[in-house]
Amino acid sequence: MTAGPEETIAFEPAPAARTGLTARLQHHHLAIAAVLTLALVAPLAAQSFVTFQLTLVMIYGLAILGLNLLTGFNGQFSLGHSAFYGIGAYTAAILMDRWDISYVWTLPAAGGVCFVVGFLFGLPALRLQGIYLALATFALAIATPQLLKFRPLEPLTGGVQGIVILKPDPPDFVQHALSGLHLKPIDADQWLYYFTLAVILVMFTAAANLVRSRTGRAIMAIRDNPIAAAAMGINTALYKSLTFGASALYTGVAGALGAIAVQFVAPDSFTFLLSVSLLVGLVVGGVGSIPGSLFGGVFVLFVPNLAERVSTGLAGAIYGVILLLVIFLMPSGAAGFARMLAARFGRRSRSI
Amino acid sequence: MELLLQQVLAGLATGAIYACMALAVVMIYQAIDHLNFAQGEMAMFSTFIAWQIIQWGQPYWVAFIAAVALSFVGGVAIERILFKPLHNAPILSNLVGFIALFSILNSSAGFIWDFNIKTFPTPFGTQPLLGGGLIDTHEAGMIGVTLLMLALLYLFFRGTRLGLAMRAAAHNPESARLVGVRVGWMTALGWGMAAAIGAVAGMLIAPVVFLEPNMMLGVLLYGFAGAVLGGLTSPLGAVIGGFAVGLIENLAGTFIPYFGRELKLSIALVLIVAVLMVKPSGLFGRPTVSRV
Repeated sequence: MTAGPEETIAFEPAPAARTGLTARLQHHHLAIAAVLTLALVAPLAAQSFVTFQLTLVMIYGLAILGLNLLTGFNGQFSLGHSAFYGIGAYTAAILMDRWDISYVWTLPAAGGVCFVVGFLFGLPALRLQGIYLALATFALAIATPQLLKFRPLEPLTGGVQGIVILKPDPPDFVQHALSGLHLKPIDADQWLYYFTLAVILVMFTAAANLVRSRTGRAIMAIRDNPIAAAAMGINTALYKSLTFGASALYTGVAGALGAIAVQFVAPDSFTFLLSVSLLVGLVVGGVGSIPGSLFGGVFVLFVPNLAERVSTGLAGAIYGVILLLVIFLMPSGAAGFARMLAARFGRRSRSI
Repeated sequence: MELLLQQVLAGLATGAIYACMALAVVMIYQAIDHLNFAQGEMAMFSTFIAWQIIQWGQPYWVAFIAAVALSFVGGVAIERILFKPLHNAPILSNLVGFIALFSILNSSAGFIWDFNIKTFPTPFGTQPLLGGGLIDTHEAGMIGVTLLMLALLYLFFRGTRLGLAMRAAAHNPESARLVGVRVGWMTALGWGMAAAIGAVAGMLIAPVVFLEPNMMLGVLLYGFAGAVLGGLTSPLGAVIGGFAVGLIENLAGTFIPYFGRELKLSIALVLIVAVLMVKPSGLFGRPTVSRV
């Protein structure tokens, strides 16, 4: 068994279930290893446009993970994550364009800025719940593009025109290392893919660990029963605001990566519709599922294009029908669907 | 002073649009406990049906009544077919269902009737009425119809057995079922009524914003804001909230110097959020209602 001691404590499986759990954990690790191998090899075989699309899938997945931390694990509702994505993207673009800062350093900067904004926004939002919180976050989503277009800020934000940034080239040490191994040098798209993959791995692992930690249990206790959580001594106000900040941080880093990948930011890319897309990705992927967020990214990027390809005139209707099918067939998202399949499969193999 | 009066009138005229929509939003919220994102698109689709009937040569009022009746049936059908199966699903799944419905209605309306802007007739005419042409007979008629619908709804909910049953079903489904209220059909009825009110709102709004598949998007969002500001449990609050959003938007645009004009929508929303900080369930939300 490779699971660490914390995991055993966290789950505390009944003795009878222990073997099943061990098997499931190993399945889990196998699946992660398989996906990771595939992810490492994919850009070497794919065309550069496909590589670019896969990069965007990971970026949306990261943004959806941010929303998931807030909605799925803390039970707070947000229609304003397009704002955090936009703030992250603009932070990266402004730092790269105006101050010539390396793209690598824009990510922590974007995350930091968004954490502060999210935390500060989370403080007044403490008083609001459900629909009312949705309205407050909706106000944020509406106000952000308007502020980005706001004329006095134009020297910084570029106004309606936005900012064009350059795609980063692969660093020399990577190319040297590759030529040292007698391999082909990689192009900018491939480099960005690997860079994004590395960031995603770090951030998904961090999120998984956060959710499993003492803090994570406090966050989820607030979701399940805020009064009981407060009675157990959890500082609900602090944890809710911190979760808001962390959620904004994730989405902000995704925004920064998105700006670098698309090489362009403009106010109208970060409207309320982006928030709706992220929400759709969250539900389709699975509310409260960390790997599900990545599936949400796949859905958000590819399904609208797919609908467009079936029929240009009725693309929206086809998208809607697909969406309905998904929520009817997988009411708890792709993650829930996978769990259900695993349970059915597991039962059958045991009965044989 | 005259500028203030003019801006107040203009604000009320815009506010009437939002109030109309806010009323429809609250209706469906009462019935199903969720905000229906597709409400605006349902209203838009109803308005297109009325437009089509007028194009076939029928008089305005025939089209009006037919569109309202068809919308009622359509609303009930949508509930029965799409949302009854999702009854026990999490809120977020319902929300995605609304987004899907939004997308389907918007795209099919564009497919059937194309995206060109169409004019829609008004039964009230457009002669200037008050304030040097800032408010015309159509806008006054719109305010009048909104208030009339509000009064009728009040009578329906307070004065009839069916209205009482609907309120019971929305407020406490389990107990309502125990005393013999058919909760499922009350929900369907709520959808039907919300669709019908939405149809009226759409037909009143269309002469102002012109008829096209995307006409309701902005209206719906500010209708939501008005409904939430007024308190989602109170139809009267929704109407007042809708008017307030129109007023704040206009006055902020005129009287806040320097950045008022560019950021007037943001200012309106920030003010609403500020109000919600003080009164977290809206101005006329349930606590106030239960005391009266």
